[in-house]
Amino acid sequence: MLLRMHLSIGPRFSARVIGFLWALLFCWIPALSAQDTPLISGGVGFITSTNGGNTTYIPIVSPVLAAPLGDHLLVESRATILDSYFPKGNGQSGYTGSSFLGLSYLQLDYLANRHMTLVAGEFLTPFGTYNERLTPIWIANWESAPLIFSLGTMNTGSSVGGMLRGSAVSTDKVSLDYAGYFSAASTNEQFNSQRSAGGKAELYFPQAHLEIGASYNRRLQDEHQNFAGLHLWWEPADSLVKFRSEYAHGKHAQGYWMESEFHLARDTNANAFRRGLEPVVRWQQTFRSSPDSSDGLPSVDTNRADFGLNYLFPHEVRLNTSYSRQFAATGNRNVWQTGIVYRFLFPTWRSK
Amino acid sequence: MKMRTIDRKFCMAVVASLCIVAALPALSASKAQQQDSQTPAKQTVQRDASPETANAGEKKFKQNCSRCHDAPQDLSTHLSGTVLRHMRVRASLSEQDERDILKFLNP
Repeated sequence: MLLRMHLSIGPRFSARVIGFLWALLFCWIPALSAQDTPLISGGVGFITSTNGGNTTYIPIVSPVLAAPLGDHLLVESRATILDSYFPKGNGQSGYTGSSFLGLSYLQLDYLANRHMTLVAGEFLTPFGTYNERLTPIWIANWESAPLIFSLGTMNTGSSVGGMLRGSAVSTDKVSLDYAGYFSAASTNEQFNSQRSAGGKAELYFPQAHLEIGASYNRRLQDEHQNFAGLHLWWEPADSLVKFRSEYAHGKHAQGYWMESEFHLARDTNANAFRRGLEPVVRWQQTFRSSPDSSDGLPSVDTNRADFGLNYLFPHEVRLNTSYSRQFAATGNRNVWQTGIVYRFLFPTWRSK
Repeated sequence: MKMRTIDRKFCMAVVASLCIVAALPALSASKAQQQDSQTPAKQTVQRDASPETANAGEKKFKQNCSRCHDAPQDLSTHLSGTVLRHMRVRASLSEQDERDILKFLNP
C-alpha cells in the first residue's frame, strides 16, 4: 500500500465540486483580525518507492486550507493531488501513469466552549493516532502507512457526519481528551464513507510526556464489526528519543506497530548536520484469524521491519529515506522508499 | 482504497491552479512584508526573546505540538491565530493551552 492516502478519487464532476467549494470559501471569508488571516499550508513533494524491484515515482501536492469565520467557527480542508508513474508490466517496457485527486477532510468546526468542539462535514475518522496525526506528508516519518492502518478507520480514513471532540480535563499534571463521532454511509466519489460510529479517549501526562489512549469504532453496514485499539506514546522530557506504538483489533485480523525516532542533537549550538538527522525504526506485525479481503490487511500473518534515515533541511524541507524488509508466508520482499517534501504556509491575503 | 483514475490533464490543471492560488497571496504577502519591514510593526516568531509570559507557552508547545512536529521556522503573526485554532481542533488543545502557545508564538 503505497502512501497512507485514503483518497477518494472521483470523476471530473466531483473534482469540480472540490474546486468550487474551495473557491467559495475564498470569496466568502470576511475580513478578519490581524492574527486570524485564512491560510493555505501543506506540502509539495516527490516520492519514490521500489517494491519487489518495481519503482513508482509520485509527484504530490497536499494543500491545507484553514479559515476562521468569526470567533467560534473554523473551516478547514486538506486535499491530495498526485501523479504516479509505474512500470507497464506484462513484459512491456516503459512506464504508465495515473492521476489522483481526493479530499481527506472538509469540515466546519464550531468551538462551543473550552471543553467541546462540534465538527460537521467530512473529517478524519478518530481511531488510534496515525490517521489524525501522522498522515500529513510534511510530518510523516515514512512514505507508507502502517500495515494496520485500515483497521478501525473503515478503509477510507474519512467519515461524513458529525463529531464531538475536545479536552475534558486539562491540568499541569494530566489531560483527558476525547472524540466521539457518527458517520453516515456515502458513496459520493469525494465524500465516500461507511456508516459507523465510535470514538476514542486519551490520557496525557505532560510532565512525563506519556500518553495512553483507547479507541472503539463499530461499522454499522454490511457485516457489522467492532474495532478496538490502544496506543501508547512516550517522549521523555529532554530526551532525544520518541517512542510511539499502536495496536488495533478487528474481527478477522489484528496487529500493531511500534516506532522509535531518534534526534542526534537538539541543542541549537550543536552541529547543524547532526541536528537535522533523524534515524527512525519501526516494527510491525499483523495476524490473520480469518479471511477478509475488505479489511486492507495482508492475507497472511506478516512481519515487517522498517529502517529510516530522515534529514530536516532548513527552510521547511524534509528528506525521508527508508528500507523495509517484509516477511510473510506468501513471500519476503524488500521495499525502498524516498521522499522529499517542502512544507509551505501562506496567508490567503494581507490582513487588516 | 477507493482510487479511480481521473482525467490527467484536468488533474494537472488543478495542480497548476493551486500553485497559482498559493503563489499569488505569497507574492502579495511578500510585498506587504516589504512594506511592513519599513515600520516597527513587522513581527515574526521570536522564540529566544520570550518574556516570562511566553515560558508557559513554550512549555506547552513542547508538551503538545512538538510530539508530532517542530515549530514552523517563520510564522507570521498574521497567521498565528489561525494556526492555533486549527491545531486546537486537530490536537484537542484546551482553550488555555491555545492561549499560552499563542503568546509563545506571538509574544
